[in-house]
Amino acid sequence: MNVVTPATQRKGRYDAGVMKYKEMGYFDLDYQPKDTDVLAVFRITPQDGVDAEEAAAAVAGESSTATWTVVWTDRLTACENYRAKAYRVDPVPGTPGQWFAYIAYDIELFEPDSIVNLSASIIGNVFGFKPLKALRLEDMRLPISYVKTFHGPATGIVVERERLDKFGRPLLGATVKPKLGLSGRNYGRVVYEALKGGLDFTKDDENINSQNFMHWRDRFLYCMEAVNRAQAMTGEVKGTYLNVSAGDMEQIYERAEFAKQLGSTIIMIDLVIGYSAIQSIAKWARRNDMILHLHRAGHSTYTRQKTHGVSFRVIAKWMRLAGVDHIHAGTVVGKLEGDPATTKGYYDICREQFNPMALQNGLFFDQDWGGMRKLMPVASGGIHAGQMHQLLHLLGEDCVLQFGGGTIGHPQGIAAGATANRVALEAMVLARNEGRDYLNEGPEILAAAAKSCAPLRQALEVWKDVTFDYASTDTPDFVPTMTPA
Amino acid sequence: MRITQGAFSFLPDLTDEQISKQVAYCLRNNWAVNIEFTDDPHPRNTYWEMWGQPMFDLKDPAGVMYELSECRKVHKGRAYIRLSAFDATAGWESVRLSFITDRPEEEPGFMLVREEGEGRNQRYTTRSYAAEKPMGSRYAV
Repeated sequence: MNVVTPATQRKGRYDAGVMKYKEMGYFDLDYQPKDTDVLAVFRITPQDGVDAEEAAAAVAGESSTATWTVVWTDRLTACENYRAKAYRVDPVPGTPGQWFAYIAYDIELFEPDSIVNLSASIIGNVFGFKPLKALRLEDMRLPISYVKTFHGPATGIVVERERLDKFGRPLLGATVKPKLGLSGRNYGRVVYEALKGGLDFTKDDENINSQNFMHWRDRFLYCMEAVNRAQAMTGEVKGTYLNVSAGDMEQIYERAEFAKQLGSTIIMIDLVIGYSAIQSIAKWARRNDMILHLHRAGHSTYTRQKTHGVSFRVIAKWMRLAGVDHIHAGTVVGKLEGDPATTKGYYDICREQFNPMALQNGLFFDQDWGGMRKLMPVASGGIHAGQMHQLLHLLGEDCVLQFGGGTIGHPQGIAAGATANRVALEAMVLARNEGRDYLNEGPEILAAAAKSCAPLRQALEVWKDVTFDYASTDTPDFVPTMTPA
Repeated sequence: MRITQGAFSFLPDLTDEQISKQVAYCLRNNWAVNIEFTDDPHPRNTYWEMWGQPMFDLKDPAGVMYELSECRKVHKGRAYIRLSAFDATAGWESVRLSFITDRPEEEPGFMLVREEGEGRNQRYTTRSYAAEKPMGSRYAV
C-alpha cells in the first residue's frame, strides 16, 4: 500500500526559494472540510497558461498564510492549521476559462465578531494577484460557531413589526426626491404628505448628509415634525430613515443621539461608512431600541460584474452578521440590476433561519443562521403600483417596497401617490390570502380596487407601460434540473 | 378621520364573507386567531382587551365568526374590534396578521400636543380626543 506523504512534509519544503502554491500545502482535493471551517467559493479566471488548480492554490495561499517565497518562520507555527486549503475546483458550466475554486479556512484564522477581520482575510490581498485575470468571491459558508460570535440585526423583522404594529403585509416606503437641493422645511413637506397618504416610512437618500442646502439638524427637526403630524392624522406608527452617515464616527453618534432624542424609530447608514462603523452603530442601535436601515451605497462597483469582485450575497451575509435591520436587496422588476433567481438567493439569506444549498439561486453552501434575527430586505428603484402582484409574488411579505418616483411623481400629488400604493398593496394581500391566483389576476384585482380609489386609477394610467426590461449581468451559472419524483 | 392601523384599513370595510376568508387563511397556516377590542386606539396602545383566549386548534372559520358576532353584540359602535393571528413557529412566535373588522361610526382622531424645548426641539404627544372621556362612554352609539 502506498502511503502518500503530505506535500508539506516532503523533503525540501522549506528550502529557500520559490515553489508552486500547490506544493506548499494550499491544495488538497482529499481535504474534508470541518463543520467549523469557514468556506469560500471563488470564481477564478487564470491568466493564459496558468493551471486552474495552481491558481486555486494561489488564492488559498494568498488569502491565508502564503507569500510569494518560502519563509522558514512558518516552522515556528502550527502552520498546517493556518493554511487555507483549496479542496475542490470545478469548471464554470458553459464558460470556458473560468473555474469555481472551493477553499476551506480554519475558524481560528478569524477574530470573533469582526467583519473587518473576516473580509481583510478573505478579500484583503488576493484580488490584485497577477497570475489571475479576474477573481470573484461568489459565496461563503459561515459556520454556526462563528455566526454565534456576532450580535446580528439590532432589531430584526419580528421585533420591528411588533414595534411598528404592522403585520401581514409588506411595509411601504419612499425616498424623498429630488435627492439634492430641498431645504429642511420643503423636505419635511414631502415626508408629511407621503406618510399621511399611507406610507409607513420615508427615507433619506444615500447622499443626503449635511450639505449647505440642508444641514442635518434642520432635516431631523422638520422630518420629525412631519412624522408626528402624520401619526396624529392616521393613528398609525410612522417613521423616516434619518441618515446619520457622516465623515467620522463621532458625528455619526451625535446624529444618532439627536434622532433618538427626537423620538425617531429608525435611523439609516450608508454601506460606504465601512464595516467597523456599521458594527459600531448596529450595537448602538441595539442599546437604544433603534431600527437600523442600511443603504447599500457603492456596492455595484464590486458586486455587479460576474468575473471580478464580491457577490452581493456575500455582502448580505456579512451585513446580517454586522447587525443592520434593513438592506436594499433588489426589486427584480425595477430600474436596477436584479435577476429573479439571484435576487431570491439574497432575500433568503436575509430572511431564513437556514439556507439550503441552491445553486440555481447562487447559494453554493448550506448556511445555518441559528436563532440570529432576520434582516428586512428593501426593494427600491423604479417600481410602481401597477407591479404590485409581481412584487408580492417575487419578494414576499416581509420586505419594504419603496416607491420614490412612484409616490412623489403621482399627478395628483404625493399623498395621492402614497394612497395609490397602499390601496394596491392591501388589495393584493387580501386577494392572495383569499387564495386567488393573484399573479395572473393582478391587473384585474388592481382595476377592481381602483374603482373606489381615484388615486390608484390615475397611477395605473400614468405608469401602465413602464417596465425596465434589460438582460441582467449577474445571473446564476446553474439551472435547476428536473429529477424524477 | 379613519384610523389606518391593521392590514386592510385602506380598503372599504370588509364584509363578513371577506373576514371569514382571511380567517380561513390564518387557520390554513395553523395560526391562532384572537379577537381584541379597545376604546383607546392610540398608535402605541399595544394591549387591546382580549375577547377570550386566542382560538387554538380551530378548523373552521365559523368558530371565529361566531365569537366575532358575540363581541359585536357587546362592543359594536362603542369600540374598535380587530382580529390578530398568532404564529407559534420557531423564529416567529408573534403576530402574523392583524386587521380591524369594526370601528365606531365617528372617529374623532388625535390631537398632536407640542412641548417646545431648547434648540427648536419639540416633544410630541399624540392625544386621542375620544380617550379624554371615561371608559365606556368614548364613542356614541
